[in-house]
Amino acid sequence: MSDHAEHGHEEGPHSTFKGYMTGFVLSVILTAIPFWIVMAKVFDKPSTTALVVLAFAVVQIIVHMIYFLHMNTKAEGGWSMLALVFTLVLVVITLSGSIWVMYHLNNNMMPMSTHDMKNMP
Amino acid sequence: MSAAMTPTADGVDAPDNLRFWVPGEHHAENGTLLGFWLYLMSDCLIFAVLFAVYAVLGRSYAAGPSGADLFDLPLVAINTSMLLFSSITYGFAMLEMQKNRLRPMLVWLGITGLFGLAFLGLELYEFAHLIHEGAGPQRSAFLSAFFTLVGTHGLHVTFGIIWLVTLMVQVGRGGLIPENRRRLLCLSMFWHFLDVVWIGVFTFVYLMGSLT
Repeated sequence: MSDHAEHGHEEGPHSTFKGYMTGFVLSVILTAIPFWIVMAKVFDKPSTTALVVLAFAVVQIIVHMIYFLHMNTKAEGGWSMLALVFTLVLVVITLSGSIWVMYHLNNNMMPMSTHDMKNMP
Repeated sequence: MSAAMTPTADGVDAPDNLRFWVPGEHHAENGTLLGFWLYLMSDCLIFAVLFAVYAVLGRSYAAGPSGADLFDLPLVAINTSMLLFSSITYGFAMLEMQKNRLRPMLVWLGITGLFGLAFLGLELYEFAHLIHEGAGPQRSAFLSAFFTLVGTHGLHVTFGIIWLVTLMVQVGRGGLIPENRRRLLCLSMFWHFLDVVWIGVFTFVYLMGSLT
């Protein structure tokens, strides 16, 4: 039984204070900048703001994955990473596919004025 | 491999020591953690679908209020920091677990739970405020999608807190046994995963929704 207990002790990733603090500081910076960009209206064009903010989100998600979720190519013999990549492929197909299809569906609808909408049943 | 070792259909030639497994083989130690990761990936798909719904319906206001009219960004910023703080405090709890220090670990878990509760409280306040203003989920497709996506995340946080309290009781009773360590590692993944989803929510829903 003691052998099993030792196994349990080694289970899971070995996390360090430095790793968590690096992730935390990076996250704070990567959260504060997009909020500042939107609230202070740094860019004139909303589309520029949207793209920049999305880019920050992607970077922050990667930071969280590495420093908080301890993702790497070796964890669980690489199976975690494989599952993640597969999920990301599905997520990209779901998101881009839905937006693409539904955008065209909207375009092909009859136009409706605000007045019509207010008088809808 | 010699011919004597090859199993035959009637098994006549099979030697006594014929085995179909490698002696000393044992299942992967982290099987539970990998399984839990797979669950999180399926959860990720649920959120992906809800994000897709919001992406499609997020501009269908039905002549009602838009995100720019409704969202209170300073409140969202405080909410975001609550969840971020809860992530780092859970990390500190994991560090104490590695050092086998039971009492500090329970304290950090308690602080994590309080941050989680603060997050939930602020979110419920926001929801109540929106519904009070007449911007409830039935107002427009945008608001239906908004309440579904943010509400599902909030529900996950709620269950995360229930799980956290349960584990605190279990650890308090049983100590840092391997089973409890494994459970704490699973909740750690769950909790950090919710923070990752929230990055998507505050960026895609709140920040981009506030753009005019």
